[in-house]
Amino acid sequence: MSEGLFTQLLDLACGAFLLAAVVVLWRRELVAIVRLFALQGLALAAIALLLGLHEDRWDLIVVAAGIGALRAGLLPYLIRRALTALVADQEQGETRPYVRSEEVRETQPLVNVAASLLTAAALTLLAYAVARPLVELDPTPATRALPVGLAVVLIGFFVLVTRRRALAQVVGFLLLDNGITATAFLAASGVPLIVELGVSFDVLLAVLVLQLLTVRVREAFGTTYIDDLRELHD
Amino acid sequence: MNAVGYAAIALQVGAVVVGAPLLTGLMRQTRARLEGRAGAGVVQPWRDTRKLLRKEPISPVGTGPAFRWAPLLLVATALVLAVLVPLVSTDTPVRGRADLIVVVALLALGTLALALAGLDTGTAFGGMGASREMTIAALVEPTILMAVFALSIPAGSTNLPVIVAGAADQPARLTSPAGLLAIAALAVAVLAESGRLPVDNPSTHLELTMVHEAMVLEYAGPDLALVEFGAQLRLAVLLGLLASLFAPWGIATSGSLVAVLLALLLVVLKVAVLGMALAAAEVFWAKLRLFRVPELLAGSFLLALLAVTASYFLGGE
Repeated sequence: MSEGLFTQLLDLACGAFLLAAVVVLWRRELVAIVRLFALQGLALAAIALLLGLHEDRWDLIVVAAGIGALRAGLLPYLIRRALTALVADQEQGETRPYVRSEEVRETQPLVNVAASLLTAAALTLLAYAVARPLVELDPTPATRALPVGLAVVLIGFFVLVTRRRALAQVVGFLLLDNGITATAFLAASGVPLIVELGVSFDVLLAVLVLQLLTVRVREAFGTTYIDDLRELHD
Repeated sequence: MNAVGYAAIALQVGAVVVGAPLLTGLMRQTRARLEGRAGAGVVQPWRDTRKLLRKEPISPVGTGPAFRWAPLLLVATALVLAVLVPLVSTDTPVRGRADLIVVVALLALGTLALALAGLDTGTAFGGMGASREMTIAALVEPTILMAVFALSIPAGSTNLPVIVAGAADQPARLTSPAGLLAIAALAVAVLAESGRLPVDNPSTHLELTMVHEAMVLEYAGPDLALVEFGAQLRLAVLLGLLASLFAPWGIATSGSLVAVLLALLLVVLKVAVLGMALAAAEVFWAKLRLFRVPELLAGSFLLALLAVTASYFLGGE
């Protein structure tokens, strides 16, 4: 692959990666958020694949396939299943029909959507400012895109802090992890295979546990609003 | 060479003046057909203008100069825009003055004139419309500036003809992340600035939802014709600008008359296609609630800002 084409495709993948994180802040429907997360997983796999092709490293290509399967396939599937479980559970013994739309939407984030979009802009600039000294060490196309990874880490944190639905917070956590993985790829062409495997299983397990926890929370309290969990119940 | 440049400008302004109402008519007709209505025909906006111009000029009691001058100012700024924006040729005698900031300032001047006119009437609707229009404009102007800035970084100049000529030379600039983000941001900004769905409904007169119509509610006769004409000119120029920035193929970069004529044909075609696509999309859109509009515009501002940062850190000097 020629250098110019590689740079162009890598830039496109990084742009899509960042854009998916930003649009997560924009949308309210949890289904749409999960779909965006799957798209972001694809972009991340594309970044790994491009780096692997560029540097002729087969292990990176295998990692890319694994990341694609996990982050664009399995994790969104698990979250979606938790979501349908929540909705189905609601419909069974529920008399108030409007609650259904409450459960599948992030209706009232702590920071409203317009402000969180502007915050995302500020966070991106911050990531750019922070990453500049790092980029100057070795300005290749991959390291130039390093701020993208950092920005997604920061945006993931922001989603984690401001969203109040349990599942939206799970997506925030996964965005954070996507950002960390992307940073590792862009800065150092990925971590050793065994570490990557360990992290992936960790994430998978975390999502499984959180999915279970969400359904239990819903069963115990009738909602997945995190705010309702502040007080101790017996 | 210079004569061809002047000819290009004359052709461009002529095409915009004649074509702007036709563009609006075409969009209405497309929409009508898609909704299963017969439609009034493409030349209906011209007929409306003729009808309105024949009526007696009348202005409400107690209105001042802001009300009387606004339609003229709106049309004048739109006409200057039609001269400046490179639609047909990038090699015109005014190319040195077609700066991005001038273009955005002229757009803002037209918006401001109309908002002042809305306030000047002293009616509830006028004030409401003006306040809404200013809320939208305050978010749209920076978006347009940022989006075109993102395109001006690879070109190294905020001069619109230079940007357009550069993009026509190297189409790869447009498929970079910065270019794609800027396209999305600018498209939303153009929709908001020209008062189309989902920001404002151009065909509504419902009290609670109108923005542009609320400001011009008190106009009648020739003044109304001018206001409508100004809005149509702005829509045509903005769509033309969008077409030139993001699909600059075929624009004349040299001083040959054949190239200019070909470019004129192409730009008319591009704007017509863009307008029809917009009208077709509008059939499927609902108007956003007014309180959701800042979200949309903040989103497009964010896209524009990301485009600028992306062109810094991904472009690589």
